[in-house]
Amino acid sequence: MSKMNFSRRGVLKTGAVTGAGLALPTIFTSSASAYTNEPTGSSVKLGFNVPQTGPYAEEGLDELRAFELAVQHLNGEGDGGMLNTMSSKTLGGNGVLGKKVEFVTGDTQTKSDVARASAQSMIQKDGVVMISGGSSSGVAVAVQSLCQEAGIIFMAALTHSNDTTGKDRKANGFRYFFNAYMSGAAIAPVLSNAYGNERRAYHLTADYTWGWTQQESIAASTEALGWETVSNVLTPVGAGDFSSYIAPVINSGADVLILNHYGGDMVNSLSQAVQFGLRDKMVNGKQFEIIVPLYSELMAAGAGSNIQGVYGTMNWNWQLQDPGTQAFVKSFGEKYGRPPSGAAHTAYVQTLLYADAATRAGTFEPCQIAAALEGFEFDGMGIGPTTYRAEDHQCFKDVLVMKGKDSPANEYDTLEIVEVTPRAQVEYAADHPMFGGAEASLGECNNG
Amino acid sequence: MDALFLQILNGLEKGGAYALIAMGLTLIFGTLGVVNFAHGALFMIGAFVAVTMQRIFNFSLEIVDATQKDFLGNPLKVKVPYVIEWFGDGFGGFLIDWSVPLAILLAIPVMMLVGFVMERGLIKHFYKRPHADQILVTFGLAIVLQEIVKYFFGANPIPTPAPSDYRGTIEMAIFGLNLSYPVWRLIYFFFSAAVIAAVFAFLQFTTFGMVVRAGMADRETVGLLGIDIDRRFTLMFGIAAAVAGLAGVMYTPILSPNYHMGMDFLVLSFVVVVVGGMGSLSGAVAAGFLLGILQAFASMNEVKSLIPGIDQIIIYLVAIVILLTRPRGLLGRKGVMED
Repeated sequence: MSKMNFSRRGVLKTGAVTGAGLALPTIFTSSASAYTNEPTGSSVKLGFNVPQTGPYAEEGLDELRAFELAVQHLNGEGDGGMLNTMSSKTLGGNGVLGKKVEFVTGDTQTKSDVARASAQSMIQKDGVVMISGGSSSGVAVAVQSLCQEAGIIFMAALTHSNDTTGKDRKANGFRYFFNAYMSGAAIAPVLSNAYGNERRAYHLTADYTWGWTQQESIAASTEALGWETVSNVLTPVGAGDFSSYIAPVINSGADVLILNHYGGDMVNSLSQAVQFGLRDKMVNGKQFEIIVPLYSELMAAGAGSNIQGVYGTMNWNWQLQDPGTQAFVKSFGEKYGRPPSGAAHTAYVQTLLYADAATRAGTFEPCQIAAALEGFEFDGMGIGPTTYRAEDHQCFKDVLVMKGKDSPANEYDTLEIVEVTPRAQVEYAADHPMFGGAEASLGECNNG
Repeated sequence: MDALFLQILNGLEKGGAYALIAMGLTLIFGTLGVVNFAHGALFMIGAFVAVTMQRIFNFSLEIVDATQKDFLGNPLKVKVPYVIEWFGDGFGGFLIDWSVPLAILLAIPVMMLVGFVMERGLIKHFYKRPHADQILVTFGLAIVLQEIVKYFFGANPIPTPAPSDYRGTIEMAIFGLNLSYPVWRLIYFFFSAAVIAAVFAFLQFTTFGMVVRAGMADRETVGLLGIDIDRRFTLMFGIAAAVAGLAGVMYTPILSPNYHMGMDFLVLSFVVVVVGGMGSLSGAVAAGFLLGILQAFASMNEVKSLIPGIDQIIIYLVAIVILLTRPRGLLGRKGVMED
């Protein structure tokens, strides 16, 4: 026994000495750079940190496809996609600032601690200058703060919680995707038209930052219509079977069920709610309805016919007809044989926006890139003119209200665009109470 | 009151799945002395047998329809399943509609084969190793199986609906209460009860079952009587795998299968086995239904508002209480895992 202890200690000692020895040269090199991971060779490395396993895995895999496509376009391979349509014309398909773009990928498993460890390894071991990715706001918030501390740029991909650019906003973090507040603001008028102003809503909510802010946002905007919130039940992420949460809805007196769920959870909760016959019921003299505030094509495919007639919102959809969307759908569709999801679009756009900002700034220095992105106005990347607001690093643009299609013509024809909600309707002040109020601050930009 | 009854039904249906998996776990433990952490993966593979069946029946030939366009503006390829082409809308449509129940026929041989290969190919070599080694190797195996399934079927849940006549709800009058409950979930409960009864009958009323029970009680003596108990135990492993597989097949209309569903069920089923008593079949079944119902009750808003988060810890809480008061579990025997 004691012998074993000795050898264990020996291993630890050796490990510590070796580790320190290995770390020493890095300490010297890092102090020589002007900022974290300044690229010195002929290439620059980006890190794509997405869930490749867990309930949001399918979204993560589609993001990866888009990242890969974006890198190809930046390096001049393929047809160039949105490089040809984006309003800023700095990118010529010859890498970024003359350097070839390379990338590394990581699996966040939709868990904050795993995502942080993976991001940490990308920064320290692979030397990335930017990390993008997401799926799950819990993960995005955690990785964003890590990037802030490490002094690199975080281009958030799929994260919809108000907190990402609200109370947890960071100077080194930027979000193109829309948020829970915008979903609520966009969908409320459509719901009012379709279902009237006297409704009683029951919420099932994913129990983490995104679910909470999504529920708060949609409750606020539906209550403003005159709807009553009967109950809000928090459900664990990845619960699988939601039947024991759905059964109590039946006799609760509610006539609308709002599912603040995403990914695999939403597929399950919606399918099970339909199994329980909720949509065939008449309550309070009205047809019972189900609403899914945040939609995605991948969820629609998973839920099959259960989504028919169900309203939700999206950041972007491949059916839009603008040149940016068409160029992207063509590149993506020809490479992968399927239309891109909203998650893929955000991943692609964020990578291009980063590359463009670096080119305009003439450097990979995080603070100069941040300055180039702040207040940046652009177009030609789908969904119309967009602004990166300087105060909170949130993009502002139109929002899509979607509905599950009643008679899909093929496997991708699952959702239809009901309304393109104009940007003015979803805008809010940077110090809005749902976004951390007056105390929320980006802090200081960090170059590392 | 209605809500309480609905939760009992929910608990019975979920408990059915727990009981089926836990029964296999405890059967393997009782016969082979192995804690099989890959048992959840067998449940998952069963579910994917149903997916495969659905894919086979939906295997289509593509006819290019120039009048319609796909998302890139190319002529649309319309898919017509071969079974419709061969057997017409009537029988072909029936096969597609009934692919989940029909998958049972495929699942039994496939799962027994998977069970044999697993036992003979890998687990056999770990009989004499400590339980920790067995847990590690079977857990690793579960991850490998999970990744294989993910490679072929993707990470998203795949919708596998019940036959169209059984998708809706059924109206029931119980104790003067009018309840409506999903038909398929009721079917699942009765199905699991039938499978449990069949396994018990097999062990109780057949000579084979008698030998297996004797082997579980005293392996050495049975061996001395000249009976090749290992061969029988291997067959029991196959049966346990088939039971988990059937549980998975029939569960697909309730929960669209995804590659990690096995892990989700495994941990709970393992708790069920421990609560029921390691190696006790009836204990596993009783604990499965008990924990299923308790979990359903704990998910009710009235309970959750009193004790937030109780729905997620109730099973473990009950496990702690039972292990403190009855260290061998509800129906555990003396001497199991105590040497």
